[in-house]
Amino acid sequence: MAGNAWRSLLTQAVGVAVRKPVQSSASFSRGMKMVTMIPGDGIGPEISAAVMKIFDAAKAPITWEERNVTAIKGPGGRWMIPPDAKESMDSSKIGLKGPLKTPIAAGHPSMNLLLRKTFDLYANVRPCVSIEGYKTPYTDVDLVTIRENTEGEYSGIEHMIVDGVVQSIKLITENASRRIAEYAFEYARNNKRTSVTAVHKANIMRMSDGLFLRKCREVAENYKDIKFTEMYLDTVCLNMVQDPTQFDVLVMPNLYGDILSDLCAGLIGGLGVTPSGNIGANGVAIFESVHGTAPDIAGMDLANPTALLLSAVMMLRHMGLHDCANKIQTACFDTIKDKKVLTKDLGGSAKCSEFTAEICRRIRDLD
Amino acid sequence: MTGRSVRALSGALKPLFSHRSPQVYEATAHKSTYTTIPPPARYGGRHTVTLIPGDGIGPELAKHVCELFRFCCVPVDFEVVNVDSTQTSADDISNAIMAIRRNGVALKGNIETNHNLPPSYRSRNNLLRTTLDLYANVMHCQSLPGVRSRHRNIDIMIIRENTEGEYSSLEHESVPGVVESLKIITRTKSLRIADYAFKTAREKGRRRVTAVHKANIMKLGDGLFLECCKEVASGYPEITYDSMIVDNTTMQLVSRPQQFDVMVMPNLYGNVVSNVCAGLVGGPGLVPGANYGENYALFETGTRNTGKSIANSNTANPTAMLLASCLLLDHLKLHAYASMIRRAILSTVTDTRLHTADLGGQGSTSEVVQSIMDAVQRAGPRTQSS
Repeated sequence: MAGNAWRSLLTQAVGVAVRKPVQSSASFSRGMKMVTMIPGDGIGPEISAAVMKIFDAAKAPITWEERNVTAIKGPGGRWMIPPDAKESMDSSKIGLKGPLKTPIAAGHPSMNLLLRKTFDLYANVRPCVSIEGYKTPYTDVDLVTIRENTEGEYSGIEHMIVDGVVQSIKLITENASRRIAEYAFEYARNNKRTSVTAVHKANIMRMSDGLFLRKCREVAENYKDIKFTEMYLDTVCLNMVQDPTQFDVLVMPNLYGDILSDLCAGLIGGLGVTPSGNIGANGVAIFESVHGTAPDIAGMDLANPTALLLSAVMMLRHMGLHDCANKIQTACFDTIKDKKVLTKDLGGSAKCSEFTAEICRRIRDLD
Repeated sequence: MTGRSVRALSGALKPLFSHRSPQVYEATAHKSTYTTIPPPARYGGRHTVTLIPGDGIGPELAKHVCELFRFCCVPVDFEVVNVDSTQTSADDISNAIMAIRRNGVALKGNIETNHNLPPSYRSRNNLLRTTLDLYANVMHCQSLPGVRSRHRNIDIMIIRENTEGEYSSLEHESVPGVVESLKIITRTKSLRIADYAFKTAREKGRRRVTAVHKANIMKLGDGLFLECCKEVASGYPEITYDSMIVDNTTMQLVSRPQQFDVMVMPNLYGNVVSNVCAGLVGGPGLVPGANYGENYALFETGTRNTGKSIANSNTANPTAMLLASCLLLDHLKLHAYASMIRRAILSTVTDTRLHTADLGGQGSTSEVVQSIMDAVQRAGPRTQSS
């Protein structure tokens, strides 16, 4: 049936590189896997609670360890995440994060940046698949953006050379480029994707994007089963809004990745329904919802937990728990397709708890 | 011409060119007041415009422009300057730049950049823009009736800083394997582009200007750009000014593009946003682009594509290039010719039978151009005394 075919397509897209589940004695106990849950701010706590309830209904073998990552000043005056949070992540290796607020004048850098630096989260993976039942002008979107997350334009190195002249430094290194290219091809191979496209602007930024491209080409040599193409950033943008079906896996440096991944999220319906995963060195992976904290609706039971839920499903696939992942995903998409119980941003008028309850009901019915 | 005869001539032509001076071709010092670009000289009542065919579909489209102008008796002579993109020497491009300095106005196709060449070989297009200080790239994206697209009623004017930002071509490899690329933002240029944006918005009666940036990450660089925009905005109280982060902008553009009016931004974001908008209204074959500097103007297709894969196959969409030539005519103050040709082009586009392949039709380039010429003929003979 078309629905099943579409769902299996979705499954391929939303899955992350399947690894042999990294089992350490600390994280597995009685078959349960421990995951560090970072509820976040604003609507974070309510959507995290919703996700935990849904996982409970699905009888997923996950135990949650809630942690707060508000930065504290460590010894030596450097800002760092609280040691208990770090410890929890180090032992569980998998995290699920809600939206974090970046305070303007708190003196410490954004928490997302801190997490990224602490766990060396070098790859941001965002699969964008059209959701049946949530209509956008674009149908049949099925692509994955893989963005280098540590360097590039976001190195934060800026100087005011003389008054009125600012220089921002974009850093591209061989190692980071190779690492992200390798991850992209690995991901493509593990998720049965057919092509990888490197997005660049080497006609203008000859050395930096040229280096990135060269590394991608080198890595492509080792993955002859996957088609490798290169495309200019502007051509990708132009073609993406006209015909997004021509793209499969896209790999790119930081800034282009930021813009393109949000562009693709916009194609499928926005940040409220887009999952995202950050892969780090040493097997660490943090899955997150990429929308904001929505302080205006926090605490009012109006939030949409779909983004966090889909990221959690991505997490389940990463851990190899495909059955559970499929169950939850099916229930979620069926609820959205049905259009009877939808939160306000999806076009309905239900509350977050009602939406969650509906998904739990469907999961229980599926069993 | 000697300096004295130029001055004499300019004296005679003073009523026509109110701010013309013999020093117009020298690099001007920083002007304290923003002045509009004067139209270049006419000799014998005809303008001379530099034409750079470029690569890919450029030469054939340039030919069509010449054909159409000849048919419509437009008083423009083209001085063709070829730039060979396979040559690594800078002679060709220097000749082109000199020709543009001489004529003041140019129409060009995109010159291909082989990005596998070493960094010493700068993109020819970039070189043109920075040497001639064509600081404002203006692209007007409008939904056209008769063109199939997912969004309707789009009318966005994109004003992009064209000379600095990420396109400064300042890169170095400090340590083997580590490359640094510099993005330069200056107060002068940011003020200049913001001023241009607001001035254009006021002239065209637009209500809102949105600055696109990434100042949450690039706090100093884009922060400076934003500051300059805000400063200029205070001088235009009738225009609403707001700002939006570039990733949110692209997301909004694909979901609700009708909310945008005029957008101003630094170089790279301009590249992304202009291509997204061009895609939204129907593709690279429809939107013309203009590059304005204080003394020169350069017209081309909006998305600057070479179209290598469809070169010489008579399938390219000539609309963008022809509309760019209409912008050229407007710049030369030949408004009647410009409107006549533009009307003919738009009537051909909205007549959905005659679309090229990129718009989902089966027409060829020459058929479309022929149809435009027929439309011009149907509109009746033009008589203009100027």
